[in-house]
Amino acid sequence: MSLMARDYSFLLFKSVSHALSAEIILKRHEIPFKLIPVPKQISSDCGVCIRFSPVDNERITGALSCAVDIDRVVSAGCDTIFS
Amino acid sequence: MDCIYLDNAATSWPKPREVITAMKDYQENLGASPGRSGHRLAIEAGRTVLDARIALAELFNAPSPLDIIFTKNATEALNISTLGLLRAGDHVITSSMEHNSIMRPLRFLETRGVEVTVARCSPEGELDPEDIRPLIKNNTRAIYLTHASNVSGTIMPVERAGAIAREHGILFCVDAAQTAGAIPIDVERMNIDLLAFTGHKSLFGPSGTGGLYLRKGLDREIDPLIMGGTGSRSEFEDQPDFMPDKFESGTPNTIGIAGLLAGVRFVMGSGIEAIEERERGLAFSFIQGISSFEGVTVYGPAAAVKRIPVVSFNINGMSPSDAALFFDEKYNIMTRPGLHCAPSAHRTMGTFPIGTNRMSFGFFNSDADVRTAIEAVGELHDYKNQ
Repeated sequence: MSLMARDYSFLLFKSVSHALSAEIILKRHEIPFKLIPVPKQISSDCGVCIRFSPVDNERITGALSCAVDIDRVVSAGCDTIFS
Repeated sequence: MDCIYLDNAATSWPKPREVITAMKDYQENLGASPGRSGHRLAIEAGRTVLDARIALAELFNAPSPLDIIFTKNATEALNISTLGLLRAGDHVITSSMEHNSIMRPLRFLETRGVEVTVARCSPEGELDPEDIRPLIKNNTRAIYLTHASNVSGTIMPVERAGAIAREHGILFCVDAAQTAGAIPIDVERMNIDLLAFTGHKSLFGPSGTGGLYLRKGLDREIDPLIMGGTGSRSEFEDQPDFMPDKFESGTPNTIGIAGLLAGVRFVMGSGIEAIEERERGLAFSFIQGISSFEGVTVYGPAAAVKRIPVVSFNINGMSPSDAALFFDEKYNIMTRPGLHCAPSAHRTMGTFPIGTNRMSFGFFNSDADVRTAIEAVGELHDYKNQ
């Protein structure tokens, strides 16, 4: 499976501390996701990000709002992933 | 004969078995650097560090785990709280019972244009918080107060001092080196803006661990003392401006933090009130036991509820270092004599420059330890009175 498959979206965070804080919340909400190294096509940061299915977009942003600072959401099919 | 460790105010010993196990597990099975790399071991190491922040935030009632940064000890946390915050022209207030971990950075800052006022405490080490009020000036930036003296054991009126600081719009920084894990701390109720703590005393972590709680938004007013790699924002050469990365450059002491996490969980599992009651009982039994000896002077407040289990005393005419050597060699009791890195506290108590004997009790001490310690003091007292 390609990490860059068009049907994934990505949540980027300022730091790993923020990403792992989000992980705890998403697990609590039983929303499927995967913690992966930040794809270089998205950012040159050396941390981790959360990859998820776009169908869960609203649930994820709802669960994390006011709880964890999200740096950036890269939506599925976004050009930055494939440029 | 097993040794009797009564130097818990310097560092607690022994540690709970869980602490040793956690550190061994980390080194054998994890070992990776958190916040870097992104592979599963690095992520798991990151989870350990985050879990430690979560546990500490719960212990101190901090609003968010990311309000807590890790340092190598309380001293580093206090240096960030002073050198990183204060500027020439600022005025600060502290007490005469402080440790050199706060006195030395403040005295250094005095040479850089910061004005320092020291509130006098009683010979028992007690501070009337109302004495702070008349010392406040238009340029007073912060109040720095220890939660409890490492010499006299006196618990300071943190909650009332915090209320005064809040009333006047002044930052309130508490040195919890002797109290984190030993007595309850609530940064919200106590109006604490900065809480410096060590991991290796009553939180039962290993040496090399400590940290600082910063009230949300305050990080923007404080410069980091150390800058460098954080694993975040790697494409930029500027230091991150967000918590906790701004203050955590360089590979952290993850094995230590793994041990600290186990220590904090031990404290929470045992119940901080139960720990407090147990340790206070030991110290009070000791104080009662040695107070009957003529010529033995016990320092600090008489009331048990006003002190932590740190007991300073002197035996008439005997140097503390001679007494400590006797306790070590004859009774296998480990104590700390002298000035305890707190010359101002000893001046306040009238014990400068000789200092005191200090026996500090911990959760793992037994009633038998206390009896032996009383017997040892009694033997020295008898010797001096022959």
